[in-house]
Amino acid sequence: MVKKIAGKLYVSLIILFLYAPILVLIVLSFNKSKSRNKWGGFTLEWYQSLFKNDDIMTALYTTLIIAFLSAIIATIIGTAASIGMNSMKKVPRTIMMGVTNIPMLNADIVTGISLMLLFVAVNYTLGFSSVLLAHITFNIPYVILSVMPRLKQTNKNTYEAALDLGASPMKAFFKVVFPDIMPGVISGFMLAFTMSLDDFIITHFTRGAGVNTLSTKIYAETRKGIKPEMYALSTLLFVSVLLLLVIINRRNDSISKKRSM
Amino acid sequence: MSNENPLRNEIVTEEKKTKKKKDSASTLGKSKTLLATPYGLWMAAFIIIPLILVLYYGLTDGNGNFTLDNLSLIANPINRKALWLSLKLSLISTAICLLLAYPLALVLKSMKLKDNSFIVMVVILPMWMNFLLRTIAWQNILEKNGVINTILEALHLPALNIINTPTAIVLGMVYNFLPFMILPIYNTLAKIDDNVINAARDLGANGWVTFKRVIFPLSMPGVISGITMVFVPSLTTFAISTILGGSKIVLIGNIIEQQFQKLGNWNTGSGLSIVLMIFILVSMTLVAKYDKDSEGTNAW
Repeated sequence: MVKKIAGKLYVSLIILFLYAPILVLIVLSFNKSKSRNKWGGFTLEWYQSLFKNDDIMTALYTTLIIAFLSAIIATIIGTAASIGMNSMKKVPRTIMMGVTNIPMLNADIVTGISLMLLFVAVNYTLGFSSVLLAHITFNIPYVILSVMPRLKQTNKNTYEAALDLGASPMKAFFKVVFPDIMPGVISGFMLAFTMSLDDFIITHFTRGAGVNTLSTKIYAETRKGIKPEMYALSTLLFVSVLLLLVIINRRNDSISKKRSM
Repeated sequence: MSNENPLRNEIVTEEKKTKKKKDSASTLGKSKTLLATPYGLWMAAFIIIPLILVLYYGLTDGNGNFTLDNLSLIANPINRKALWLSLKLSLISTAICLLLAYPLALVLKSMKLKDNSFIVMVVILPMWMNFLLRTIAWQNILEKNGVINTILEALHLPALNIINTPTAIVLGMVYNFLPFMILPIYNTLAKIDDNVINAARDLGANGWVTFKRVIFPLSMPGVISGITMVFVPSLTTFAISTILGGSKIVLIGNIIEQQFQKLGNWNTGSGLSIVLMIFILVSMTLVAKYDKDSEGTNAW
């Protein structure tokens, strides 16, 4: 019993550690004082001025577009690659998986620098599209690593059976294999989206002048002081994701309850 | 492993018995393999070639002549000190992450949650608040008049002065990369069959022996991938040290970043990156070794 309580206490402490800075940021978003260090009273001012701040809204828009596009494209390329790699012989598959691990294991700073050198070498102007290409590159491995295990678990015989029963390979894939690997594809997409959203280092090196994501904008502001609107925006983002996840969980729970009935 | 699909191969070989064995690889399998082509090309263009470019810049001088000077610049006192400090801080943070995450993963496993998506959610969710902002929030917590010191003051305890010190950087690293230690360890622990643990207990092993001889070895792949996923970003970070270390503490990441963004000295920056990559390669080799081991147990 004591062990159980101690365990729960420990989990709560780690959760407190992970969420303490988030609490601080939420509090700061309601702080009347522009300074990070003083509490000047409660205000909603920053939430109102946020939507009038073109700089921040453009950065938000760029961040979301890049996250969405890079996650979608990475999911398509990565899922196709997983299926292809899964039917490969051991040696080429091992090589492909080895290369897949490079961006996962390599330092972000090296990945960022190497991509910047590539874009400069081929005279590709650094800007929105170079950031997008870079994000797709580091997102594909996350998709592959989520889809691969699912694909290995699927029963190949069902696909063969579908073919034997006259389905075209395409139809057999979308009707039989795809539903099986769907959870992996979705979690791969979500992971890719989150990673893209939270990336700073690779964007820092591959963006051109004038293109800002929230990360690079925040980094530029670290020295002169963060605009309070930024706290308001990140609070809004965080709360909406939290709500979304709670709703999805609730729905899943009620679905599984209905099924068990 | 080469016989992944015995059934299909059998059918196909039976149909094409007259043909040479070479052809027995079904055309279906082949066209499936083609699906990996776009990815193969993508990797070549955006992973392999860029890395070759880093090697090229790192091993040449401004005029394109071969030189090892960029690599040997790591021996210059400022760079050496930065690399040494980076190694020290990242090793400390990795150790702390392991010591925090392993017990946590054990507790989570003992809770026997229905699905582990809840844990993934709790750990990933903070990432939706920008990591730079979260790190800046630690300034607020650690500062002279920050959250911790206000609490300490109220309790009449001595103030804590760790902002702008290496300790603050370690804290920032642990905070930012702890999730990458928790998830792989929890995943491998959750996969361990309870029967294996019960068998060990039935055979007379006490709790500690069971842990040492059964649980810990089985969780090794998770531990190893956790270690690389914390060690590499800690070793190479420049944002955390900029935000929590003030301007006085310089890590190797800061030096490389400056070479590229401020000084425009790509050759030196690439040379130092190569040195960094050598350190990372060593840890990758370790991972590959343990991955192979785990594949063996999976097959069993």
